[in-house]
Amino acid sequence: MEVLLGITGKDFTLIAASKAAMRGATVLKTSDDKTRSLNKHTLMAFSGEAGDTVQFAEYIQANAQLYSMRNETDLSPSALAHFVRGELASSLRSRKPYNVNLLLGGVDPISHKPSLYWLDYLASLAPLPYAAHGYAQYYCLSILDKHHHPDITLHQGIKLLTMCTDELKRRLPIDFKGMVVKAVTKDGIRDIEFDDDKVVKAA
Amino acid sequence: MSSPFSINGGACVAMVGKDCVAIACDLRLGLQALTVSNNFPKIFQYGEHVFLGLTGLATDVATVSDLFRYKVNMYRLREERGIAPRTFANLVSSSLYERRFGPYFVSPVVAGLDPKTGSPFICGFDSIGCIDFAKDFIVSGTATDQLFGMCESLWEPDLAPEDLFETISQALLNAVDRDALSGWGAHVYIIEKDKVTKRLLKGRQD
Repeated sequence: MEVLLGITGKDFTLIAASKAAMRGATVLKTSDDKTRSLNKHTLMAFSGEAGDTVQFAEYIQANAQLYSMRNETDLSPSALAHFVRGELASSLRSRKPYNVNLLLGGVDPISHKPSLYWLDYLASLAPLPYAAHGYAQYYCLSILDKHHHPDITLHQGIKLLTMCTDELKRRLPIDFKGMVVKAVTKDGIRDIEFDDDKVVKAA
Repeated sequence: MSSPFSINGGACVAMVGKDCVAIACDLRLGLQALTVSNNFPKIFQYGEHVFLGLTGLATDVATVSDLFRYKVNMYRLREERGIAPRTFANLVSSSLYERRFGPYFVSPVVAGLDPKTGSPFICGFDSIGCIDFAKDFIVSGTATDQLFGMCESLWEPDLAPEDLFETISQALLNAVDRDALSGWGAHVYIIEKDKVTKRLLKGRQD
């Protein structure tokens, strides 16, 4: 019941992840951050099997930062997405594959074009205008299909995200304890204040 | 239903015409019944007149297409010339058979023109590299049954490029409309001696 959402707009990419850290039916933590920044303008959100997620994400983060230090240039979001796919694809055919689903959002440091990449544990890669992982896909993609436009502002993006989380609160059987929301713009990654306390009741 | 070949869905078809060939694919990427992307092309170019269509598991479509980009680049550096379609077909075959007991879950289709004679060449493969040579058409993906039916009824020998485009497009579009796992637009390539035309078909978006 982990929720990952991503929305691109005119000059930004929004990434949101649920705050509940769960083990079986128990909520262990209500302030979990399921994202890691890979460099100044690329953010990755992850869900999946407990140990695998953070291990894989921080392995990717370390390699992205190593590249930045060695070459004094950051990899573009597209380059990082393909690197991550390669790592996940070789893991898939190993003895114990990583069971991790990812959303990779960023803004190109040169062209300032926002981008969002959807990756599942099979290492299927898809560049998308908006994306979700897990059960959230079934509730949110239809909302985003109807309301998303490629040239929305950050404010409109956050409103869209609220529509999605409201629907999730309404329909998911387990409370996901709100969302961590971050925006990537040409100026870097920024935390977004997001109201988690709003109660949404099913109609 | 949970066969690796039909998790993501997709369709591809190649046809022979008069001094030309055509190859076309749909654009859907799904997870079972859920459509994740409607812009996932399955045709890749490896030379002036060499094209590869890959259907099956999306991760292997990406892995295999990247692998052949590497292999064809290495071939070009070694031989100082581009790869011929027939040579490329044999490269595909042997590369897939290398993974005989842990295969890539893809069904490749090769289409191209012979660089010397200009004669059309198409062939298909199973996931472990058995080549299926054909002088009419090759189909692959989750809509193979439908594509066979469409191709058998629409295709005829010695079609001119424009007629071949119409034939392959109608064959693909009408086949994917009867397959829940394929569709959402198409790419069509018409390959002639000194011209390659790529067309994007919108198709039904439902």
